[in-house]
Amino acid sequence: MNGAGRPKPESGLELYAWIFMRISGIALLVLALGHLLIMHIVHNVDHIDFQFVAQRYATPFWRTYDLVLLWLAMIHGVNGVRTVLVDYVSPRGWRTASLASLYLLGFVLLALGSLAILTFQPPMAP
Amino acid sequence: MVKPLEYLTYRGGPGHWSWILHRLAGVGVFLFLLIHIVDIALIGWGPKVFNKLLFLYRAPAFRTGEVLLVGAVLYHAINGIRICIIDFWPETMALHRKLTYAVGIIFVALFIPTAIYMLSFVVK
Repeated sequence: MNGAGRPKPESGLELYAWIFMRISGIALLVLALGHLLIMHIVHNVDHIDFQFVAQRYATPFWRTYDLVLLWLAMIHGVNGVRTVLVDYVSPRGWRTASLASLYLLGFVLLALGSLAILTFQPPMAP
Repeated sequence: MVKPLEYLTYRGGPGHWSWILHRLAGVGVFLFLLIHIVDIALIGWGPKVFNKLLFLYRAPAFRTGEVLLVGAVLYHAINGIRICIIDFWPETMALHRKLTYAVGIIFVALFIPTAIYMLSFVVK
């Protein structure tokens, strides 16, 4: 036994992916748990509506927070699911197809999410 | 390729179960992230579209799912700390069983009150 998670790869991209999972995981510990605490426990879907988001996004702080959270969570998640697919999908064709779909889906939704955060225009105060 | 039966018969102990839970929770949170991006992106279409969608998230079934989501993130986070501790300080491997039980205890201690608090809004 040489560790709790996936064994540490020797070198190259796999080693960077292994390190990234741990570093981004520590960052997400603060960002994702902070997000849940603020948006799902202190506030919740009873309070959250368009007006709530508009006020939140009036200053750059929460947009930056959400953007960093989105990017770290998406890359952490895609890499995690990649590890799972490589473990369970052994036929070559299916593995290539499932990995390609994962990357495409991840890329499209990362772009959509970034666009939503960056281009949102809070309406003028009534 | 691991057959489903091998999951039940392989006796890896608590480390094996925490590994399965870590994967399940991770994949579950990832699937929610994909949906969550689409719903938040709808805010670009203005207050009418966005506020209409919120009725969905306020439905009791979704709010119960929300509690499960918080549980999945919380477990994945606490177990992730255990993974980092053992991977960065390999000598703690000697304590791995204790660390795994500690993850379970901390998770239950944080999740039970959180779940009760969140569900109190669903059944009000």
